[in-house]
Amino acid sequence: MHELGIVFYIIRDVKKVAEEHKVEHVSTVVMNIGEVSTIIPDYLTDCWRWAADKEDLLRGCELKVNTVPAVTYCEDCGKEFPTVQHGKICPHCGSEHTYLLRGNEVEIKEIQV
Amino acid sequence: MDQVKVIEIKKSVFEDNDKDANNLRKELKDRGVFLLNLMSSPGSGKTTTLISTLNLLKDKLKIAVMEADIDSDVDAVKIKEATGIQTIQLHTGGMCHLDAEMTRQGLDNVSLEGTDLVILENVGNLVCPAEFDTGSCKNAMILSVPEGHDKPLKYPLMFSICDVVIVNKIDVLPYFDFDLEKCKEYVRMRNPKAQVIPICAKTGEGVDVFANWLLEQVKNWKQQ
Repeated sequence: MHELGIVFYIIRDVKKVAEEHKVEHVSTVVMNIGEVSTIIPDYLTDCWRWAADKEDLLRGCELKVNTVPAVTYCEDCGKEFPTVQHGKICPHCGSEHTYLLRGNEVEIKEIQV
Repeated sequence: MDQVKVIEIKKSVFEDNDKDANNLRKELKDRGVFLLNLMSSPGSGKTTTLISTLNLLKDKLKIAVMEADIDSDVDAVKIKEATGIQTIQLHTGGMCHLDAEMTRQGLDNVSLEGTDLVILENVGNLVCPAEFDTGSCKNAMILSVPEGHDKPLKYPLMFSICDVVIVNKIDVLPYFDFDLEKCKEYVRMRNPKAQVIPICAKTGEGVDVFANWLLEQVKNWKQQ
């Protein structure tokens, strides 16, 4: 149900871009989805199929998902580490002073028309 | 043969909503109206907490309430009957959250003239409402004792965006494994700035602390 809401946002944005470029049909939408964005790609593509086929502009249009690996930065030792494996605690020095560098993207990368 | 053309977009899905939300916050600031976004899971006692809080504040502030639900108007009717405060019901049409545009549409139906405080009761859900900025001035969430003290670990985003975490139903603490100190520690891990306020909406215990927090926020919002 969360993914469906996101799908409606994607459709709204794609429609806007299509209008600006005077495009009649979009064949593919490519998304960058971060590993820790809380979006489950399978749910997203399922919701997409249901909602996209209701729009003339997007009938049969494929949603491709690029996964962006999540990386966290440690302020104390300056090293980077994979977020999914280690969470917020730096595996190099044990510090909690860390922040997410990337991995929470929910971004429309491009459309193919 | 069909030629494929690629149009680069590179745009976050949340970008438009974030812009709408910032605009809305600015307008509210200009009008001196404080908007609180109240979130929680279903059944945590949002409506009961609201009723106890509103009854403490209604002589001090001019308040309006917006109830957001997927369907029905039971909450709006309940609040109006129990407090006499202007309450409107918003339907999200199946959506699991409110966004800034929906909040604005709701506010268009509230008479804001002279109103100090608008409370938005968001859809009961700990995931989606955290991702969509409603344009509110502050965010509050209610965690109830039966849900467990580990929720800040399971729904990190919700706890990291909240300015205040209300722990409700503390009257049943003896019957559950809920550890209030652990809960506070987990909230701090996610968000060191969040204030934790334990209450029992049914008996009224601690509700004055939350009401005073709100009063303070409204005052600051108007002065800043």
